[in-house]
Amino acid sequence: MTLTVREALLAFRRAPLLSALSVTTIAFSLFVLGLFGLVAVNLRQALRGVAERVEIVAYLLPGTPIETVLLGEQDIEAFPEVASAVHISEDSALARARRELVEFRDLLRELERNPLPASIEVKLKPGFQDATHVNAVAERLRGFGFVDDVRFGRDWVEKLDKLRRLAAAVGVVVGAAFATVAVIIIGTTIRMAVLQRSREIAIMRLVGATDGFIRRPFLLQGALKGLLGGLVAIAFSYAAYALINRFLIESSFFTLPQALGIVVFGTVIGLMGSLLSVGRHLRRV
Amino acid sequence: MIKFTNVFKTYAKGGLALKDVSFHIAKGEFAFLTGHSGAGKSTVLKLVYADERPSSGEVRVSGYAVADLTPRDVPHLRRRLGIVFQDFRLLEDRTAEENVAFALEVTGARRSAIPARVMRVLTQVGLAAKAGAYPRELSGGEQQRVAIARALVNEPQVLLADEPTGNLDERATRGVFQLLRDINASGTAVVMATHDLEMVRSAPYRVIELQEGGVVYDSAVDEPTVGDAQA
Repeated sequence: MTLTVREALLAFRRAPLLSALSVTTIAFSLFVLGLFGLVAVNLRQALRGVAERVEIVAYLLPGTPIETVLLGEQDIEAFPEVASAVHISEDSALARARRELVEFRDLLRELERNPLPASIEVKLKPGFQDATHVNAVAERLRGFGFVDDVRFGRDWVEKLDKLRRLAAAVGVVVGAAFATVAVIIIGTTIRMAVLQRSREIAIMRLVGATDGFIRRPFLLQGALKGLLGGLVAIAFSYAAYALINRFLIESSFFTLPQALGIVVFGTVIGLMGSLLSVGRHLRRV
Repeated sequence: MIKFTNVFKTYAKGGLALKDVSFHIAKGEFAFLTGHSGAGKSTVLKLVYADERPSSGEVRVSGYAVADLTPRDVPHLRRRLGIVFQDFRLLEDRTAEENVAFALEVTGARRSAIPARVMRVLTQVGLAAKAGAYPRELSGGEQQRVAIARALVNEPQVLLADEPTGNLDERATRGVFQLLRDINASGTAVVMATHDLEMVRSAPYRVIELQEGGVVYDSAVDEPTVGDAQA
């Protein structure tokens, strides 16, 4: 084991330029992937912010007793899709209208009778904020006897749905493309490092080294390069994020698990790349 | 020790490399393998260290049947052999000492025992003073001595040498040959492929001559008295 570590580290020391070059190449290919990841993360967050505004309003028949309304509110809150159901009385509806609709303030003040109905405002849990669930909940709300009408921005919810599907599709396709490019570049880099030492591998075999003995330092080295490349890529991504945040728009960075994911991805590809290259070499020599 | 019985070898790319080769090299023997380039000398050696497998016939080396070796067995066979090449095949970025030590490390030898064993073989080949030198800092003859030290460090039963003096000047050639003779005198069998007929004639050792893949002359068979004198 110590021999494996020593041999792997020696390779870094013996070919510092080539090692640095491969780490840099790996770092940049993961950096590109990371940049795309940042875009995806922020896009998703923005969409989530929009989706949180999805709301269903059930207008109540005038004269519904408050006890009935409160019981109904409890029932609605018990729906699995529902995050919250809030009763807005006629008076608070008017107060809110006066507060928010400044243009009509005078008009609203002069009213003799409150024309606004009471309502229950329903917000949905994340994951249920799409057209199908919104429709289903609205339909169930209509079933309550005291509900006069149910409103939600149908068009808007459907557009949001479409946008979300599009974002997901683009994310998967472009993400996969970037990931593939990263795999190819990292694989090639690692393969070059192995090829550069093919003579050494041949000599090791002649003096009776087992395949495992030859392979282990290469695997460790490939994994280390991937790990270092991943860390550098995260550092680059953070710098890019800081610049964007400062000069362009406020955005968010990867969560710790996401950042670790990129590093692990780099490490695994470094490992796999070495495994394949050395394996092919060992079969051939 | 090494026994070829009716060995044929054809390469995938075509061409018969060996045809019906049979010989037996005993423990402690010194044998020259001679013949022109392409006569099959290197193929014979490759079969011995299991870099190639026989197409038919049997090759037995130190108890192993080469045809039946699994990839897992090959390193273990090679640890019983010492192999020396015309182009030395040293690791350029390691010192003489490290090159020799490496052959021990791959076998999983005890770490604490390695330096002493390395120095002993470097002393044996007369290079103890240059243990810390890199191959590029050594002359051809010295590099070949390092390669021989590396081949000896695992105390092999057989030393295989493929044109070991092919890249050396006359003085270095004599030195390396003398070293191989000394090694043989201490009990290790030596099989040396060479086309240096002068060297072959200068020593009373067994000669196996190959021509176009077949054995055309074997002093042990064709002139048994010479062989007997050696045995």
